[in-house]
Order: sequence, then structure tokens, then C-alpha cells
Amino acid sequence: MALLQLSEPGQSAAPHQHRLAVGIDLGTTNSLVAAVRSGKAVTLPNDDGEHLLPSVVRYTENGIEVGRQAKEMAAKDPLNTIISVKRLIGRGLADIKSLGNQLPYQFQDGDAAVPRIHTARGDVSSVEVSSEILKSLVRRAESSLGGELEGIVITVPAYFDDAQRQATKDAATIAGLKVLRLLNEPTAAAVAYGLDTGSDGVHAIYDLGGGTFDISILRLNKGVFEVLSTGGDSALGGDDLDHAIAEWIMSQADIDRDADRSTLRQLMQVACQAKEALTESDSTAISVVLADGASWQGELSREHFNILVDPLIRKTLAPCRRALRDAGLTPEDIEDVVMVGGSTRVPRVRELVGEFFRTEPLVDIDPDRVVAIGAAIQADILVGNKSDNEMLLLDVNPLSLGIETMGGLVEKLIPRNTTIPVARAQEFTTFKDGQTAMAVHVLQGERELVVDNRSLARFELRGIPPMVAGAARIRVTFSVDADGLLSVEAQEQSSGVRASVEVKPSYGLTDGEIESMLRESIDHAQEDMEARKLREQQVEAERVIEALTAALEDDGDALLNADERSSVESALRTLAEITRNGDHAAIKSAVDALEKSCEFYVERRMNASVRKAMSGHSVDDFE
Amino acid sequence: MLDFSKNYFELFGLPVDYIVDTDHLSTHYRELQKAVHPDRFANSTEQERRLSMQGSVRINEAYETLKDPILRARYLLSLHGIDMEHGQETTRDAAFLMEQMELREALEEARDQPDPYQVIAAFMADVNQRINALIAQMAIQFEAATPEQLEAARENLRKMQFLKKLRFDAESLEAELDDAL
Repeated sequence: MALLQLSEPGQSAAPHQHRLAVGIDLGTTNSLVAAVRSGKAVTLPNDDGEHLLPSVVRYTENGIEVGRQAKEMAAKDPLNTIISVKRLIGRGLADIKSLGNQLPYQFQDGDAAVPRIHTARGDVSSVEVSSEILKSLVRRAESSLGGELEGIVITVPAYFDDAQRQATKDAATIAGLKVLRLLNEPTAAAVAYGLDTGSDGVHAIYDLGGGTFDISILRLNKGVFEVLSTGGDSALGGDDLDHAIAEWIMSQADIDRDADRSTLRQLMQVACQAKEALTESDSTAISVVLADGASWQGELSREHFNILVDPLIRKTLAPCRRALRDAGLTPEDIEDVVMVGGSTRVPRVRELVGEFFRTEPLVDIDPDRVVAIGAAIQADILVGNKSDNEMLLLDVNPLSLGIETMGGLVEKLIPRNTTIPVARAQEFTTFKDGQTAMAVHVLQGERELVVDNRSLARFELRGIPPMVAGAARIRVTFSVDADGLLSVEAQEQSSGVRASVEVKPSYGLTDGEIESMLRESIDHAQEDMEARKLREQQVEAERVIEALTAALEDDGDALLNADERSSVESALRTLAEITRNGDHAAIKSAVDALEKSCEFYVERRMNASVRKAMSGHSVDDFE
Repeated sequence: MLDFSKNYFELFGLPVDYIVDTDHLSTHYRELQKAVHPDRFANSTEQERRLSMQGSVRINEAYETLKDPILRARYLLSLHGIDMEHGQETTRDAAFLMEQMELREALEEARDQPDPYQVIAAFMADVNQRINALIAQMAIQFEAATPEQLEAARENLRKMQFLKKLRFDAESLEAELDDAL
């Protein structure tokens, strides 16, 4: 790359090459991948023209199958075929059991943080299963787009907690993918709709997927999507409607609760088909083959189906009311309700939601694809293909974050529905004379008592100098980044003793586990870790060089004097030289050195852009 | 990075005052985030991402503070050199405290009413009205900004914190009812 390319004013030096990035909707039932092609976001089909990839992974002695092929074996080979893995991700064994689902898998005993499912191909965690789905979609995208992806945006339910988000990101890491952003599903849907209709105002996004429910209230204003509030239930979805039907069949057909696994799988499939049939017709025939070879025939009317599922659908309205309250709004303030997720095809869902918000729900975009499309639009912007784009997403953290205090109570540091990124600090003190350590217990949830909330992590701040009780000042800082991921730091103020954790949730994989899983998956790609590290570091160095070069062209003359400019340029040349010849450690330290020496310039640039924003001028006015 | 010596009002180009032009505030908030938000630097260097995160956090904090009548009052008092202890100060106004107890009892009884949701909604509307009345008083007090008036604003702020807690408890009660469904 030429470092000092001259360009006419108002003309960018070299049109940036189009970078490949995709949006992935990693769903409970189905997953999709979408990309912006020729300016339009589209979902990408496989070779057979199918867009939806069933989120099903089957482990056999011969290999791993993902998608339709695996799904077809779900009833025959239930132990090795993992469905609805999204319900398990980021959860511990106790959580999974409390979900009350009749999961057919054999979980490994033991107290490992991440539950492992026993399969014919060894024990696998939900993170690994998810990473197989990601890999399959990325392969599809790379062959369809004809190149390697620079990054992906993965959508998650807005109501996912920190553990579930972290686990999703880990799944991408294990698959060797760079995550540009974890994007909340309702926000993604709003992007797909907002750009389509361009209508400013307050919108509600009602997202009932296979296994999760989300509600988001957001305001669209000149390209800025500001999420005002969000709520939901991360363990409620279309699967539960199927369960309700399955239970009804069981009671009608006298099927035992402890029937064999393939009968249960068959029941769920039949129930799902019945639900889908009732979207169009008023009644549907049901037939089940029992374990003894006999069969049961029945008929389910839509009317009775509505009675079965009404309590479940009504359960989604409480979070809707709460989200409205948090946004300080009433149903009348909502311009329209966007329906997302396959389960919103159920007529009764549309009816009750329309009643609640007093408006006819919007169903213009295929509810299965809208999330992936929104994610693709965001990925295209984040990867840098549209530098002049005005769109910006301002999202919130869905659940309050706090710390355990005396008496088993939770002190909230960041309340739910706070716009991210956010950092909040609070001071705590010691309660015993001479106390030299303090335990920090990080919690997520809305309840007052520790036991009623989700425990995210525990760590200890040690080495506090002995003082009388109440004299130490321990400052605990919570930071939530734009992905909604939390990190926590504790520091004793007078001595500067510091302890910090990237909140690796109690149910998460350790960095070591991630590294070894990544190593395994790389082995298949016949590339060793060293080569991979070198390549990653080179990419990072190139990114730095490119960004700085573009910056110099843009405003180097305006913000730097001649001496400063030549020192930046010489530092750039040094890095370019080392990037070509050095190993990954050398490149890394060269990148660090460059960043340090250019810090003043980067700060000046950001201040300049803030000044421009404040004076209401765009860059064009200066050219 | 963002000029950290600027106070929150200056950051948004607003006069230092309790009454805030909310349209101006939210327009400038969006413009500032468009310039510094981490999404603008997702594919940028780690250094830029870090700076952008810091800037974006600061802007969110400032916006949050100026939007909320309680946080705004506390911040404004701190600019006047009056630092409230974090939520620890309470009012000694006996009549007000008596009223609070009555309100609290009313809320406790809501749970046994035939339509508790409606009772809670009416309760919250009442509390909001009380908060708005305090906001109106504080606007005048901050405008005058004499030591006596600022002390009066501080007293109002203590009362407002009570009411906010009451509103929060009403929300919690409602959530509890939801969970029992």
C-alpha cells in the first residue's frame, strides 16, 4: 500500500475494496446467514436453494452433520442429535434441569461448569454445538460470496444474560471467526424494517422465536435507533406451544410421561406440524405411532389450540407492559408493532398482541428472515463498507447488574435498560478490623435477594492493607461494552491494590478450554496456532496502517504540524517493515509502539469529530 | 479524547439550568454518539476502539444524568458545591414522612384489591404527579440559586428520592404479581 498517495480534495484516495461480512441469526430452531450484495441485504441459500438451516447437529462416528440431514435423524437417533441447543447455551446443568424440558440427552455427570452432552463422537458442550452451526453457515457464505469473511455479526435475544452472550461469542471464537458485534435480535429486526420504511417514531418489536421471547421498544430518529427498553423471557418460545400440544396428545392418547425417547421426539414433531397447520386451517388431523406399533388418531381444532396456548401467549404480555413502563410510554404512544420470529405466524399471537398495543401488527417482512437481514446491514456498516452511513444503533442492557452486599442483598450498580456502553462505579468498605481481602460476587437480575438472581462470577480482591473496619475504600467498577458484555474491576483506593475480571460467567468456558477447542478445530484446517497468530497479528497491523494512512489523508494537514506528521509517517514505515518480516510478537510490540506514539493524534481526531458533531457540520462542509 | 473538563451541560451545548430543553438534549446526544460510538470504530484499531468506548460511556452518562430529574438536581447541586451523600440523606419534614407512610400502606393493600394492576397504575400516577410538583418547585429554586434556595432544592431532592423509591416498590409489586401469574 502506498503510504503517501496524493489525492484531489474531496476525493478519497483509493476506493476501499468491498469487505466481506455477514449477519448470522443463530436461532433455536433455524439459523440463517445474510449479506449485503449489490446494495441489498439478502439471506444466502445453500446449494439446494434452502435459506433456513435447521439448528440441529448430529454427531456420528463418521463425522458431524448439520442442518436438514441431521434433523431428519432427530427421532431415530435422539441421543446424538442435538436440537434447540440455544436453550442450553450459557447455562449450567441445574438451570437446564429447571427449564423442565424433557431433554433426551445424556449429560455427563460431574461438576464441570459447562455441561457436556455424551455423543457417539465424544462429549460436547453447547458452545461447541453452536460453533458447528456457525461454521456451516460461514462455509455457505464464503462459497456464495467467493472469499474469506472479515467479520460477522451474530444476533442474540435481547433478553440473553451475560453468560449466554459470552457463550455465544465463545462459539464464534472456537469456529475461528471474528465477531464484529453481538446484536440484539429485535434491534436487528428494527434495522431491517426501519431502513425499509424510513419512518421516524416509536416502534415495538415483538419477537417470539422457537425458544425465546423478546420485546423491545425503540425510537427511530434520522437513522439513529435508540432502544428505550427491552424485556422478555429467555426460556419461552414456539417450542412451548408445541409442548402444550404434545401434552394434550399425551393425555388424549394415554401416553406415559416416561415414554421412550423416540416417541417423545415424534410427539414434538407431530405437535409442531399441527401448530403450523392451524395457522391456515381451522382444524387438523393428528396421528401418532405408539411404541407398541399401534397408532392413535385425533383432531385438534384451532379453537381448542387457542385454549391450550393462551396462557403461554398471555405470559408474553407482562414483559410488554413492563417494557412500556420502563420507556415511560403507554400503548397509545406506539406507532406500530413489528412481528418477528416464526411463532408470530400463529394467528392467536397476532390477535392478542394487536389487542394489547391497539394496532394491527406488521408482518411485511418474512418473520424468519428479518433478523438475519438486519444483522447483515449492520455487519456491512461495521466492517467499513459504508463510511458515510448515518445509521447508528444505541442499545441497552436487558437486566440489572449488581453486587452482593451484607445480608444476602443485591446492590444494583447498573439498572436494566441503561444505554450501553456504560461504566458505573461504587465504593464499598471493609466490615472487620484488619480485613485484608474482600469477596466480590457479581449478579444479574431484578430481585432483591442474591439467591433469586443469576450469579455471574465471584472473585476476590486480596492484599488490602490492614485498617480499622470501614476505613478501606474499595471501588468496584462495572463496564458493559457495546456487545452487552460485562467486565468488573475492584480497586482499593488508598493502596491501589487492583483486581479485575473479564466476567467469565460461572457457567462459561475458561480461556484455556476455548484455546484448546480452537486448536482442535484449526487442526482440521491444517494450520498451526503459530501461523494463525502471525496472520492475526498481520491483519491487526494492516488495520492500524490502513486506518492511520487514511486518517493522514483525511486531516493530517489540519491537525498535525510538519514535524508531527513526519514522525507519524516514519513510525508507520517502521511498522510496515516489521509486519513484512517479523514474527507475531515483534509485530505486536511494533503495533503497540506505533499506537503509543500516535495517541495524541488519535485523540485530536476524535475531538475534532466531536466538535464537528456539536457544531452541526458534516465533514463535507470542510471540504 | 472528549474534553473531560467540560461539565455535562457544556458537553451538550446547554445552559447550566434545571429546566432542560429535552429536544435539544436528545438531538445533540444523537449527534455526539454518531461521532464517537464504538460502532463507528468496530473495524478500527484497538486504541481507537478503547477511546471511542470511553467517549461513548461519558456521553451516555451525561445524557442519563441530564434526562433524569433526580440525577440532574443532584448534579446541579454538585456544580454549586453541594455534594449530597449518595442516597443517604433523608428529610426531617414530619408531615411529608407521615404522608409517605400512608402511601406505603396504600401500596401494601393494593395486592388484596380485586384489580391490583389498576390500583397500582393509579398509585403510580399519583406518585408521578407529586414528583412533577417537586420538579416545578426546584426549577424556581435553581433559577434563584441563592444559598437558601439551593438548600430548599436539596430538601426537595431528598423528598423526591423517597417518591422514587415508592415508585420502584410499586413496580416491584407489579412484577411480583406478574411472576405469580
